[in-house]
Amino acid sequence: MLAFLLRRVIQAAAVLAVVGLIAFAMFRFAGDPVNQIVGPDTTVAERAQIRTDLGLDDPVLVQFARYAGNVVRGRFGISYQFRQPVSQLLAERMPATLELAFCATIFALVVGILMGVYCALFRDSWLAGLFQAVSLIGISLPTFLIGILLIYLFSVTLGWLPSYGRGDTVRLGWWTTGFLTASGLKALILPSVTLGLFQMTLIMRLVRAEMLEVLRTDYIRFARARGLTTRAVHLRHALKNTLVPVITIAGLQLGSVIAFSIITETVFQWPGMGLLFVQAVQNVDIPIMSAYLLLVALIFVTINLVVDILYTVVDPRLRLPAGRTA
Amino acid sequence: MSGRDIDAGDAPPVPLVEVPPSRLARWRDSDLLANFLRSKTAVVALIATVLMVGLAFASPWIAPQNPYDPAQLDLINSNLPPIWQADGQAPYYLGTDDQGRDVLSAVLYGLRLSLIVGVLGVVTSGILGIALGLIAGYAGGAVDTLIMRVADVQLTFPAILIALVVDGVAKASFGSALDVGPLIGLIVVSIGLSFWVQYARTVRSSVMVEKGKDYVQAARLIGLSPPVIMVRHVLPNVTGPVFVIATINLALAIITEATLSFLGTGLPETMPSLGTLIRTGNRFLFSGEWWIVAFPGLALAGLVIAINLLGDWLRDALNPKLQ
Amino acid sequence: MVPEIRLSRSALKTLARGVSAVAVATFACAALPAQAANVFRFAFQGDLKSLDPYSLKESFTEGMQEAAYEPLVTLDKNLKFAPALAESWETPEPTRWRFHLRKNVKFHDGSPFTADDVIFSAQRVRAPGSNFTTNVPADAEFVKVDDYTVDMVLKKPNPIAIAQFPTWVIMSKAWSEKNNVVQPTPPSATSPSYATLHENGTGPFVIAEHQPGVKTVFKKFDGYWGKVESNLDEAILTTIANPATRVAALLSGEVDWIDPVPLQDQQRVNASGTATVMAGPELRTIFLGMDQDRDELKDSSVKGKNPFKDIKVREAFYLAIDEDTIAKRVMRGQAVPSALMIAPALYDRAAEFKRPATDLKKAKELMAQAGYPDGFSLTMDCPNDRYVNDEAICQAVVSMLARINVKVNLNAQPKAKYFAKVLAPNYDTSFYLLGWTPSSLDSHNILYEIVGCRKPGDKSGRGGWNLAGYCDPKIDAIADKVESETDKTKRDALIKDGFDVLNTDWGYIPLHQQALAWGVSKKVHLTQRADNLLLLYWVSKDPS
Repeated sequence: MLAFLLRRVIQAAAVLAVVGLIAFAMFRFAGDPVNQIVGPDTTVAERAQIRTDLGLDDPVLVQFARYAGNVVRGRFGISYQFRQPVSQLLAERMPATLELAFCATIFALVVGILMGVYCALFRDSWLAGLFQAVSLIGISLPTFLIGILLIYLFSVTLGWLPSYGRGDTVRLGWWTTGFLTASGLKALILPSVTLGLFQMTLIMRLVRAEMLEVLRTDYIRFARARGLTTRAVHLRHALKNTLVPVITIAGLQLGSVIAFSIITETVFQWPGMGLLFVQAVQNVDIPIMSAYLLLVALIFVTINLVVDILYTVVDPRLRLPAGRTA
Repeated sequence: MSGRDIDAGDAPPVPLVEVPPSRLARWRDSDLLANFLRSKTAVVALIATVLMVGLAFASPWIAPQNPYDPAQLDLINSNLPPIWQADGQAPYYLGTDDQGRDVLSAVLYGLRLSLIVGVLGVVTSGILGIALGLIAGYAGGAVDTLIMRVADVQLTFPAILIALVVDGVAKASFGSALDVGPLIGLIVVSIGLSFWVQYARTVRSSVMVEKGKDYVQAARLIGLSPPVIMVRHVLPNVTGPVFVIATINLALAIITEATLSFLGTGLPETMPSLGTLIRTGNRFLFSGEWWIVAFPGLALAGLVIAINLLGDWLRDALNPKLQ
Repeated sequence: MVPEIRLSRSALKTLARGVSAVAVATFACAALPAQAANVFRFAFQGDLKSLDPYSLKESFTEGMQEAAYEPLVTLDKNLKFAPALAESWETPEPTRWRFHLRKNVKFHDGSPFTADDVIFSAQRVRAPGSNFTTNVPADAEFVKVDDYTVDMVLKKPNPIAIAQFPTWVIMSKAWSEKNNVVQPTPPSATSPSYATLHENGTGPFVIAEHQPGVKTVFKKFDGYWGKVESNLDEAILTTIANPATRVAALLSGEVDWIDPVPLQDQQRVNASGTATVMAGPELRTIFLGMDQDRDELKDSSVKGKNPFKDIKVREAFYLAIDEDTIAKRVMRGQAVPSALMIAPALYDRAAEFKRPATDLKKAKELMAQAGYPDGFSLTMDCPNDRYVNDEAICQAVVSMLARINVKVNLNAQPKAKYFAKVLAPNYDTSFYLLGWTPSSLDSHNILYEIVGCRKPGDKSGRGGWNLAGYCDPKIDAIADKVESETDKTKRDALIKDGFDVLNTDWGYIPLHQQALAWGVSKKVHLTQRADNLLLLYWVSKDPS
């Protein structure tokens, strides 16, 4: 097990290095950063000078080596546009993204499981049909359109919820939270629903499918035959068996929710890392793009590692025969 | 994208099921059709899908206007409402957009473009993912590790970045005057590269389960080569989950294309797909020109829902435990 | 919140040393007077990127910096020079400008403002890393006469030497030295600079909090030397990049001011009853450029020659593009068609120029005479996130040119990629859309940077933005005369000659000046100057 762990950690480091390299190779195609950091009447000569100063004239590999050297020493560079350390900018934005991802996941889990269980138990009821149809909207329209429609309905027309930002936040050490103020909590609702809608649909459908399947297994038939009440059978046995894969999926999803809340953050001007990244892409702010991608890679690699370990522990079928590499 | 790129694969809606090798054949011969006809939803979904695909591919003959031909657009006719409203004008039955483009024609042509992008994207990612998944699962060892780590790397990159790179590389090598074909190709490649991991992971885990089974051992014993075993014996047994992922991904691919255009790397406004139409139309949501976004949105939602309902039915039908 | 907490802490320190910061904060909140502060919330599409006033020369940033920092000479509501930190100025001889500085001015840290700060700022603004190096003439030498008098000595007479003084603000010498920010923060900085997150100006507002890209909080400066028109206690800037979200925030009353309001949403904003659109013609001219430099266009069906070198083709393009319809439909009436490459507000004789009317028949004849009766194809470069409805304008141009059989492939891209392609050193474009505001607010800038002949390796800046490679040495000669001519009538006549040469050549196709559109809550009263700067000291809000 220890050897397995060690091997995976080394692989994880390799993954991060490759992410860094690919990221660097592609920045050449994102555009020219210089035009975004100077005013329009900066002369051609001055622009060329800045490009040289930033080291953009060097070959990609040289730039990468320089960057990697700095990263290893814990230096992620200075943002071109904000002229602030990238690590500080990301740290400032991280709480916003994590809180949003957390709320979106909770929303997806709670609503998704409830609707999924209902749809499985009352498979042919009209409400189940309605749930399934409504949930499909979550995956049939692009997120940005759903977000804007929600803003139109709840902010502009009804005036109930804010259209942008995090509301008032409270600072706890380096963390800022929106959980402790009324405006912060209200501001979380629309973005969380928008971001969680897709996961909700996924979880609902997964729970429904798993429940339907479990309900037909001999094990449940046996429980029924033993004379247990329907409710006890449904909740104690069927749901419990369903939840294992659901939680696993939700865990896996958390990483992707964090990493790809880009669109939701853009629509709601949510001051998180995704928004910072989109703005960095638009302004070709290479230090921010690199650091963000490395961070996302780290999150993914960690989650994958944990899940793989759990799988190996839980499901012996996936355990490779002795003698082969694990 | 909000996680769409990677969801479905990590969450195969079909649990890995151990079934005898001949199951596809068995259903084909028996009650798949009867089952289909029993499901009203499935029938409606199929009719809707076929109708939309038909309309989309008939668009050059039935659309009142060719929305890709700039000579047919006239600013004088811009922002006309649908025909049933006071200022509506024939032949612009569903109104026009800010360039004088007929919304009905644009939706029909856009539907076709979105379908092409979606289907090709799914096929590309499917072939790539299945091949890599088969190899990883069957070969195991270092090959498996390499492929799965590549998958990890890939998961890190949102489709927008992949699209940026592919787009940048192509424009750097072919010049900027790209025509429709190559542009669609670019987006298909971007989507293919974003989605293959789901197939690879699903196929890989199925293969790892299958390959220990007696029939594979037997095939090996009679001297069949690994590629033959994989394609002829292992592959048919993983088609169920793959098919389900593909139907969901078709919808996802179409939406991803729309999202790419929201971020500025999709198809150009002069050659709008449904996604581009929604992206440009969403600007007019507050201004009262609702028809510019509403009709493309309805068409997209209708298409995606129909495909998903078909996928649902297929999943249930292919799952023996639900019969 | 930060200043209150700090104040309370210092006051309470002697009383209760061990009180935790949290308790102090709570106390400070409770101790605040019950009367609500007058807070102005506003949202802009971009970020206020740095507080270092010499980092980025861009109009919104300049406007924000002027809330906290002040120049020697400012512009009034009609873009005329007005005294700021300099009470008055004169030119005792053509090469000497004398500035009499205002007394009793304090920086936000309480230190007094003197001639030393002016001389320091004049050095810093021209140091490497500054984006404002051209604001102060490079050959100017600053001499301290006494604590409140400074002379600027030039090598040769220059009538527009102070043209860009209004966007050059004065920093404190002592503060800069103390915080190690004597040099401006260059884009290639490897360590953060104190000045990017902190300010110390003399302006009517203090920047109390600055989270880059998220929000910036301005508070009234109680020690300000003058009387301020604004009645605000506080102003909070937020970035809202997505246009629909920005409009929603205004309509729902969450913000009091937004910029820009998308053209299509202006009616909706006006109909809301709570906010209005303030639109005025902007100083930026949107125009089309045609590559007249290459011997063969890139990505064109015409091989071996460049059709744009034929004046008939250029005229045909000009006449085929129906700018009136673009202004009316694409710009929804919020644009003024332009006959000149400069806004009428910036050139007194602009009214003498008339834009040639659209003439499709003549355009077709010209194309036939030039040898292209069946047209040709080419690629057009267009930004899609830079100017008002930029991509929509380009699309309209594409359909209009289709009528004279010119097939245009539109390559619309985000600005980061667009500018990387079309700007120096590549100039990789055949036909493009660009917008330009002369930073000196003067025609010379157009004749020099946009129209002047560009030569390889030329570091002077002449023709730096002449992406089309248009070149007529006559205009260069005129531009040089314009630069040193001090008599306004003669100068205007020279400028007219320059524009006449350009227009007879059909060198560029000016389209329009886009209107700038702010969405403003009805509770707010402010002044919209034609250069699109939001100046907080002219903003007032009805107390709620």
